Amino acid sequence: MIRKVLNFHDTDWLLLAIAVAIAAIGVVEIYSTTAHSVLAAEYKSQIKWILLGCVAALVISRIDYHAIIERVPWFFVIGIIALAGVLVSGHSINKARRWLSLGGTTLQVSELVKLVIILGVAAILADKRGKSVTWKDLVKLGILAGVPAVLVILEPDLGTALTFFPIVVAGAFLIGVQLRQIAVLALLGFLMLPVAWHFTKPYQRERVMTFIHPTQDTRGSSYQATQSKIAIGSGGFWGKGIGNGTQSRLGFIPVSHADFIFAAFSEEQGFAGTLFVMLLYFALLLRLLDGAQMAGDRAGTLLVVCFASLLFFQIFVNVGMMIGFLPITGIPLPLMSQGGSSVLSTFLGLGLAMSVNMRRLVN
Amino acid sequence: MQFHFPQDDRFAGWKIPFLQYSIAAAFAVLLIGYWRLQIGQHNLYLDQAERNRIRNLPIIAPRGRILDRNGKVLVDNTPAFSVLLMRENSAAVSPERLEGMARGLQIDPEELKQQVADAALLPHFQPLLLKQSATIEDAAFVESHQTEYPELAVIQVQQRLYPLHTAMAPVLGYVGEVSEDMIAKDETHYKPGDQVGKFGIERAYDAALSGRDGMRRVIVNSRGQEVGSMNTINASPGNDFRLTIDLDVQMAAETALGDREGAVVAFDPRTGEVLAMVSHPSFDPNEFAKRIDKATWQHLMDDPAKPMMNKAIQAQLAPGSVFKIFTATAGLETGEIKPEFTVYCPGAVTIYGHTYHDWTFDKGHGHGSVDMHNAIVHSCDVYFYTLGKIIGIDKIAYFAKSMGLGARTGIDLPGESSGLIPSPEWVEAAFKRQWWAGETMSVAIGQGAVEVTPLQLAYAYGGIASGGVFRRPHLAFPTEPNSLHVSLPQNTEHRFPLKEQTLDTLLKGLWGVVNEGGGTGAGARCPGLEIGGKTGTAQVVSAELQKSAHKSNFNNNAWFVGFSPVNEPNIVVAALVMQGGHSAVASPIAKEVIKTYFDKKNPVKSPAQQAQAKLVSQVTGNPRDAAGKTEHR
Repeated sequence: MIRKVLNFHDTDWLLLAIAVAIAAIGVVEIYSTTAHSVLAAEYKSQIKWILLGCVAALVISRIDYHAIIERVPWFFVIGIIALAGVLVSGHSINKARRWLSLGGTTLQVSELVKLVIILGVAAILADKRGKSVTWKDLVKLGILAGVPAVLVILEPDLGTALTFFPIVVAGAFLIGVQLRQIAVLALLGFLMLPVAWHFTKPYQRERVMTFIHPTQDTRGSSYQATQSKIAIGSGGFWGKGIGNGTQSRLGFIPVSHADFIFAAFSEEQGFAGTLFVMLLYFALLLRLLDGAQMAGDRAGTLLVVCFASLLFFQIFVNVGMMIGFLPITGIPLPLMSQGGSSVLSTFLGLGLAMSVNMRRLVN
Repeated sequence: MQFHFPQDDRFAGWKIPFLQYSIAAAFAVLLIGYWRLQIGQHNLYLDQAERNRIRNLPIIAPRGRILDRNGKVLVDNTPAFSVLLMRENSAAVSPERLEGMARGLQIDPEELKQQVADAALLPHFQPLLLKQSATIEDAAFVESHQTEYPELAVIQVQQRLYPLHTAMAPVLGYVGEVSEDMIAKDETHYKPGDQVGKFGIERAYDAALSGRDGMRRVIVNSRGQEVGSMNTINASPGNDFRLTIDLDVQMAAETALGDREGAVVAFDPRTGEVLAMVSHPSFDPNEFAKRIDKATWQHLMDDPAKPMMNKAIQAQLAPGSVFKIFTATAGLETGEIKPEFTVYCPGAVTIYGHTYHDWTFDKGHGHGSVDMHNAIVHSCDVYFYTLGKIIGIDKIAYFAKSMGLGARTGIDLPGESSGLIPSPEWVEAAFKRQWWAGETMSVAIGQGAVEVTPLQLAYAYGGIASGGVFRRPHLAFPTEPNSLHVSLPQNTEHRFPLKEQTLDTLLKGLWGVVNEGGGTGAGARCPGLEIGGKTGTAQVVSAELQKSAHKSNFNNNAWFVGFSPVNEPNIVVAALVMQGGHSAVASPIAKEVIKTYFDKKNPVKSPAQQAQAKLVSQVTGNPRDAAGKTEHR
């Protein structure tokens, strides 16, 4: 196998530029909703994470993704140990243990585990010959996503655990799944539902119930959903302008700099801003998938498609739950929501995609 | 572990474009959702966002104070806190959260739920008043639970303060939340949750006393904390309102009646100004100023002594012998009898085959031979039974009604009773039967179906003593500057002139009741003051029943109506002691009130002057002559 000497020109600058543009809009919105509060310095830390993410993406893109995939077993073991460590001695915010203290900062391990699962899917499915995945593959995929998912759910962080799901689904979809297999999995999932319901926390059940029956008590559990809709609806076409979002500034939208940043953004920038950012996300995803199409091998395609699925899932759920299309789940909006681990994880994923993209011209 | 990375050009094939189109479709769905909210329902949500951040806090206008004729404060205000439920941005509050609020504010959760349910149809900009006279603990609860219950707000209000407590309460009335009926009647003036006068003066002059509430528009955050203010519409406070009541006279009457059940009215027959009005037992209107609790309310309602009733204008009772003056007037004015008309009273008389007992019958003797004067002085029943037979019911009823009995006086207080003067027509209409001739005898001495109010008696006696000029009693001070806003009662008068001779006989008799030996009203005798009046002992049930039951709780009602000076009186006092037993208990009350009135009018003279005044009255003897020297008719 002869490999072309890599050039700096081969870097997918456009992909990085789109990502940075979205992240920059996020920074402005974080500043706008927190400037008057105790979180006023958050935007600075967000900028540091974005810069760190860019550097990390460029570094990763120089490394051959095959070399990374080959080390997946190690990553997986480290990931599981880290997740267990979070449960044992994690740093907790709002009763949820999600963070590991690491040299003066805290890291949300589950965000980085997403990448391990993406790499794992690529490793498992890269040399499949047949038209569909085997039962053995499915079991492997199940363990790959299931074990970390259980550990993350225990934190408790159902939202992040849910994001593991689209990664393995995308992988299986690319290889091909038989109808029989889907039927068996669906039946299994259906049988598991009551068990899962049993293990959900009361607040999670309430969220599901208010999604089914909204506006029973606007101050109760559907409060967040209602206030988010008011924020977005009141934004109108052009929005209220930066720093003028009353819903976000006066605290009617919860965590308007993090999970609900899109509601705050939509209030201040209106439908015009919403459309613009959605187009940026669309461009990002199209660019990723185009790269996947042209990847040098199955492993590269799997890697990028799984990452793109993860991003799409998070964007769709987050943006959708703001307007009541989906129940409220703690899923951040990639690149925009404040949160170092999420930003870093997304840029690392972009770095992997760029690595794949740079190595498409083989022979 | 060994990894292979085979190349496969056709891998994925159609699948990646499929994913791209799927993403485009999903994003399109999301954008349609945003379009609907941001363009389609923009105004709806903008409105909700504004209501989220802007809170309209009412500024409750303080009610005007109520003052006595000299400007002394009868009803005041005191600063207090109220807890409001702001309903601008939440249509429904869940039962669990209402219960939480009720627990924190220590109010009945069921009552709160009912209140919220009742208010469901009210406009949402109107807050609900959850708790009046909120304590420091309540305010602290609201403050510390702003995240949980951001719809709660605490405002400062001026709460009604009744410094007299139970004194005069049935006259002054109380305030409470406006009823639906009142709102329906005057929607421009009242809105739900307003504090309005519910009874007495507070109710009668509510329009003058109540001010116009203001509003403070403030910007609040999601926890209900004020972060800025927009504009303020100041409240215009209600006007102070002055009454004709003289607090000193009022308190003298309150003290004189003490804790006995009954009523006292003092009024100036020259003007119609009510100087004092007492009704016992009473209640503490301060209980109503903060929301009254159910138990206290029920207790007040169930009390057989009816503390919530203004007995001075609402108690309808038989006047007993006080009524004899009206029978006498009927006799004298119609010319049926002369003052010299004499009846021999052996202690009983038989008319139409029925024996009527004099009140002296049990003592084993009668009054002997009595003329009109002595009949009044000694309150001889046999004389008036005889008079009744001669005059007949029609004429008695006509004169009693013409002099103010059996009809409302028209005082500026709500809920006045009319009383009743029975007549053949009334019996026919009410009972579908003929008038029994014997009933006339009962009416002639103020028994039977005769019912009057204490105020009516004061009004009627005042009119008679003023020579037949009856002035409508009122409580609003005539120069009350708020008369522009308030329909002040006209100082109307009703004239029913009496013959000079009639007047002379009546007034001499009434003077004798108090001042002559053996007069029944000796308890009202007061050195230095010319007081005339008439006693009454009205049976609550018939004398026979009293005897058979041997019950002391059927005690008679004691009446006394007194006035001074006898010639053109400045003050008339009607005193009623319910179940007082004998009229002797009522006359000292009237004396105390009259004495207080004149002591105040004529500041205490030196002992020498007092002795001089005493001497003069002893020498002159006859009040008419004595009066003639100082007063002009």
